[in-house]
Amino acid sequence: MALSGLDIYKLLPKTNCRKCGFPTCLAFAMQLAKKAVELTKCLEITKEAKVLLESSAQPPIKLVTVGAGENKLEIGNENVLFRHEEKFFRPAGIGIILEDSLSDAELSNRISQINKLHFERIGQNISVNLIAIKQVSADKAKFINAVKKVSELTKLGLVLYSSDAESIRPAAQLTANRKPLVYAADKNNYKELAKIAKEFSLPLAIKEENLEKLSELSGAVSSEGASELLLDTSDKPINEKIWDLTQIRRLALKKNFRPFGYPAISVVKNKDNYEQIIEAGIYVLKYSAIVLLEGFAPEEILPLLTLRQNIYTDPQKPLQVEPKAYPIGQVSVNSPVLITTNFSLTYYTVLSELEASKIPSYLVSVDTEGMSVLTAWAAEKFTPEKISESINKFEIPQKVNHKQIIIPGYVAVMSGDLEEKSGFKVVVGPKEAAGIPSFLRNL
Amino acid sequence: MPLEALKEKWSNTVDIISIGATKAEGGSRDRAVKVGGQTGLPYLFEESDIPNKPVVAFEISDIEPLDWPNTLKEPYGKTLKDPVEWAVKCEKEFKAELIAIRLAGTHPDNGNKSDTDAVKLIKDILSAVKIPLIILGSNDETKDNLILPQCAEAAKGERCLIGDAVQKNYKTLAAACLAYGHNIIAESPIDINIAKQLNILISEMGMPSNRTVINPTVGALGYGLEYAYSIMERARIAALGGDKMLSQPFICFVGQEAWRTKEAKASITEFPDWGKELERGILWEALTANAFLQAGADIILMRHPKAIEIVKKNIDELMQPITSNQ
Repeated sequence: MALSGLDIYKLLPKTNCRKCGFPTCLAFAMQLAKKAVELTKCLEITKEAKVLLESSAQPPIKLVTVGAGENKLEIGNENVLFRHEEKFFRPAGIGIILEDSLSDAELSNRISQINKLHFERIGQNISVNLIAIKQVSADKAKFINAVKKVSELTKLGLVLYSSDAESIRPAAQLTANRKPLVYAADKNNYKELAKIAKEFSLPLAIKEENLEKLSELSGAVSSEGASELLLDTSDKPINEKIWDLTQIRRLALKKNFRPFGYPAISVVKNKDNYEQIIEAGIYVLKYSAIVLLEGFAPEEILPLLTLRQNIYTDPQKPLQVEPKAYPIGQVSVNSPVLITTNFSLTYYTVLSELEASKIPSYLVSVDTEGMSVLTAWAAEKFTPEKISESINKFEIPQKVNHKQIIIPGYVAVMSGDLEEKSGFKVVVGPKEAAGIPSFLRNL
Repeated sequence: MPLEALKEKWSNTVDIISIGATKAEGGSRDRAVKVGGQTGLPYLFEESDIPNKPVVAFEISDIEPLDWPNTLKEPYGKTLKDPVEWAVKCEKEFKAELIAIRLAGTHPDNGNKSDTDAVKLIKDILSAVKIPLIILGSNDETKDNLILPQCAEAAKGERCLIGDAVQKNYKTLAAACLAYGHNIIAESPIDINIAKQLNILISEMGMPSNRTVINPTVGALGYGLEYAYSIMERARIAALGGDKMLSQPFICFVGQEAWRTKEAKASITEFPDWGKELERGILWEALTANAFLQAGADIILMRHPKAIEIVKKNIDELMQPITSNQ
């Protein structure tokens, strides 16, 4: 939580000693608030004030990095409780749990399937981020072997999932350059795990059964020198998880409560194929920066990754599609030509209706800078001139042998002008995309 | 550092809407479905009361749906051709708590069924099932204005939920709902200001605010879900903060949106990387519903019985009494 110049001033010695190079403490405070000077310039500041000021200069939720290289996952640094207040910045990492009891063949098989879990949606590539190797066998060697195998067979980030420091240490040593997440420290093992995390500069998840104990553990672990933490409040009914996750985010943002100034991690407990996706979905919606689950079938992961993509979309900056003439289905020279904007939601809504109609068509997306039909029309980004220009630029006259275009019902008013400018006959389509199939059938 | 939970206290409550009238209340339903009444944001039991759970309504149609994929048609089988049997199947076999009948076939482009047909169907459904009913028009303004008031009259006293009223066409439906004792759905195009404006207009006709439900117009997962998600969060925060003209429960038309998407419908042969189509479709609908529950949805219209089962199980878990451990 950023302090104002006046808040900072109250914490300064107020001696106007000028040793910082500014004429007054207030002037220095103003510069500090703008982050234009370093706090170390003040030689007379008390220790308590220094701690307070330093912690207020940190982001309320620390940026934590899991993994290295091109597949590294950066989480944290979030600023809001609701996406409409600004946006959710760093999409939650989705990780698949593999148990070390799996046979070598099954392990390889699953890893290769998990590696394929990336999809293209609305021009973005969405994918799974992590593989968590979970120790379930008492045999330490089995865990190490599985970690080794996974690290060889995937470029995804790694999670070392064990509470046994004796097993974690060699696994961490083996994969330290991949910067795996260690999951998880609890009240019994935190000293050893914090030591390993510190030694190899690894992120460390900490886990306790309730918020009170978690905050204590957070303080204890950071005094042991582990600095990149993730917070887990253990298995519990879903509504209690929602409360915990909300409290962690609220206290970090609104109270600058340092023990909770880290991203949260949630592990899905449901085993049912469907229900685990629902549970994972709630964690994605409710502030979890990493969600680990066992399911990895594409029909389960695609919806989950899509939900994450939706929720982490910037509400102030609408997604856009590339302006062009899209052929939808097996188009021919007789296919109808529909005009719309390049606002993703509009485009994909029209697209799904066109596909539903099963009538092959050209869909021309005009560059409206990501505005929807009516907004773009009001802002003069969706005008007869722009539409005519797009039709020619995207070579509609060369693609079809008719002279007819269909425009959204909401901009019927531009028909005459557009006919004149484009030389095409303008047909007014329905106002809502839902009307397109029946409109096209009756065309 | 000692930990003190940060609890939000709000000044207003979501209105409680009651759908369906029992014999004692002048109708013929077995029981009424109540939604709303929350004093806080979704499922934060530590700081709010959530007296009523959200409910799922099975969405059925007066004509056999043409655009449903086989994965969605299969559980209903031949009842798809007979809306009354279909409704009974939802109630008896799938334990539906609410049914929404979409009068799609009254649309001029879709069979143009008459007002007499629609009225007869509503009466037949009301006598065949005992659960409360939602009645939806065909989205043809003229036809809806002709048909919905007659359906409202035929269902007099049953306290149905009827929709949708929109900003430029709400008077006929609002008058009918008012006259025959029904609740009304007020639809706005993902726009909090229009939602509020329409609620004001409807209330100015004398409709008590606890008989209106807000349809914020939702998009499916992957197709604009986040717009409605945030509009609902904003509207609910405004409602809890004191805005009486936004404090009505939300209804979300999830089934129609989810099952229109390519991801819910496309076969595995068409998109092998997307995995099995049945499971994918079910999850597409269930996860869409799940997101809106987290944004405050009170009534959700859905289609696939398995997706509904999953969502209802999730609702039960969300509504479980908490064992406070803080």
